[in-house]
Amino acid sequence: MKLNPSLLVVAAVLTTLQAVSAADIVGKITLKGTPPAEKELPLDANCGKLHPASKPTTRFYITDGKGGLADTFIYLKDGLTGKTIEVPAEAKVLDQKGCEYSPYVSGVQTKQKLAVKNSDELLHNVHATPAVAGNKESNQAQLPKSKDLVYSYDNQEILLRFKCDVHPWMFAYVGVVDHPYYAVSAKDGTFKIANVPAGEYTLEAFHRKGGKVTQKVTVGAGNATSDFSFTVPAAP
Amino acid sequence: MKSESQTNWAARFAAFLVVCVLVLIGIGGLVTSKGAGMAVPDWPTTYGYNMFLFPISQWHGGIFYEHSHRLVASYVGFMTLILTVWLWFSESRRWVKWMGLAALVMVAIQGLLGGLRVTLFKDQLGIIHAALAQVFLCWIACLAFVGSRWWKCVQPSTSEMVVSRSIKPSFVVASVLVFAQLFLGACLRHQHAGLAVPDFPLAYGKIWPPTDSTFIETINQSRTDVRDFKPITAGHIHLHMAHRIGAILVLGAILISSLKARQGFAVGHGLRSLANFWIITVCVQVCLGMVTIWFNKPADIATLHVLVGAICLVTGVLGSLALARLSFPATDLIRSAGGSTSNPQIATV
Repeated sequence: MKLNPSLLVVAAVLTTLQAVSAADIVGKITLKGTPPAEKELPLDANCGKLHPASKPTTRFYITDGKGGLADTFIYLKDGLTGKTIEVPAEAKVLDQKGCEYSPYVSGVQTKQKLAVKNSDELLHNVHATPAVAGNKESNQAQLPKSKDLVYSYDNQEILLRFKCDVHPWMFAYVGVVDHPYYAVSAKDGTFKIANVPAGEYTLEAFHRKGGKVTQKVTVGAGNATSDFSFTVPAAP
Repeated sequence: MKSESQTNWAARFAAFLVVCVLVLIGIGGLVTSKGAGMAVPDWPTTYGYNMFLFPISQWHGGIFYEHSHRLVASYVGFMTLILTVWLWFSESRRWVKWMGLAALVMVAIQGLLGGLRVTLFKDQLGIIHAALAQVFLCWIACLAFVGSRWWKCVQPSTSEMVVSRSIKPSFVVASVLVFAQLFLGACLRHQHAGLAVPDFPLAYGKIWPPTDSTFIETINQSRTDVRDFKPITAGHIHLHMAHRIGAILVLGAILISSLKARQGFAVGHGLRSLANFWIITVCVQVCLGMVTIWFNKPADIATLHVLVGAICLVTGVLGSLALARLSFPATDLIRSAGGSTSNPQIATV
């Protein structure tokens, strides 16, 4: 088989262009100061049985002990104007397991489906409490092994809270953004926002207790790096 | 005579209903204190079940409090229906019949408000629900009181009439202040802002706390409650401080009113005893408020604070009503109510 040299050239150019026009933003979230001690969750008898070894605690500041801070939501705050963004077909999943939400902090795109499942042998109520107008508050029962409850939101909201009123210590926080360029920091504080189109952006890191920090970032041919630092706020 | 006996029993029934309403307010207080108001997402059903057939095995966590509240509320509603019918057919005073009917309307509205608060996600409805509960409690207590033998038979002396007329306004003012204070408390509780100011007697170490946006942000970032309540706002702090000022006003008003009653009525007089009880109640209430702050709002203490507040209000309302009753000769009151003076019980007292 004889290959057309001009086609090969076009393919090579397209591949190069793609590599140049999209890259990752990577970085690390660090915490300065000593965070307050986490509190043991006041589990009831039924939920307590699911944690025979040790009781779970609050998750205000999850760190790796070396300064890395988890559960920070990092997203492109602006700079995407004019770019066409499709809504992913696959749903994001939020699980209720051991009378806790998992993941604690996550993200979803506007209009993308968010499936909330119940992996417990217990009844929960899924109470979404958005604060942004246009995102609808809802409260639905979810029996054990019942089908997933599916949500989607039209408006950006950082962060939208889910709670269970049957077990009032159960919370999850979902960042709802207009695009797929977001990440949640891992326990060591690292994060990666993949395949960001080339351009100049404002990147925001939001931590529920630490507050928010913004930075300018330029995405070009290679990966861009943005590190953020939070400080434990002083008591009022 | 048969009718008179029946209304006395109706009054006793109403007194029993007052106790039931207090229990209901207590459970309602626990629902809010435990943050369980939305633990049953549907209404009037409970997780799709008929409310009365919801399996006991499922009454766990927040469901226990919310579902118990609904069942006791249904019981109170049914008891109110019985009382209304009872009064309608046994009571000779027309205004008391209508008071009974109003109680039934009130309890129906109250049930509806409770349900709509759940289905419409409105904190405001929860606040109205809490305030109407206090009004309903007082209403039933008044029904019990006006049906009592004392109300029908008492013949105030001239000195009692003079003293009662002079004290009555301060009792009424104090009772209104107590209600206003309970309303402020309901606003705080239903926005889970009871600890918007977490220290006492100072407020964030100051006489009056700052409420600028930086300070508010710091407060919210520093909150580490297991339950993640909505963020504190400047409005919550002002509301909290208003509740503190309200407490001082209420304490002062009750002390003044009660001391007047103690001076005006002899030892052993019912109103003197009521005044003593009112002083004790308000002092307990102030202590409960302080303990609520100092111990990070424990659910049982916060609920007790609601309950003692309700008792404080009903004491003031019944005291005011008793003073109103003593302000007029029995015959005048009965004539003005459209009743008959030929009642042998009144004639013989």
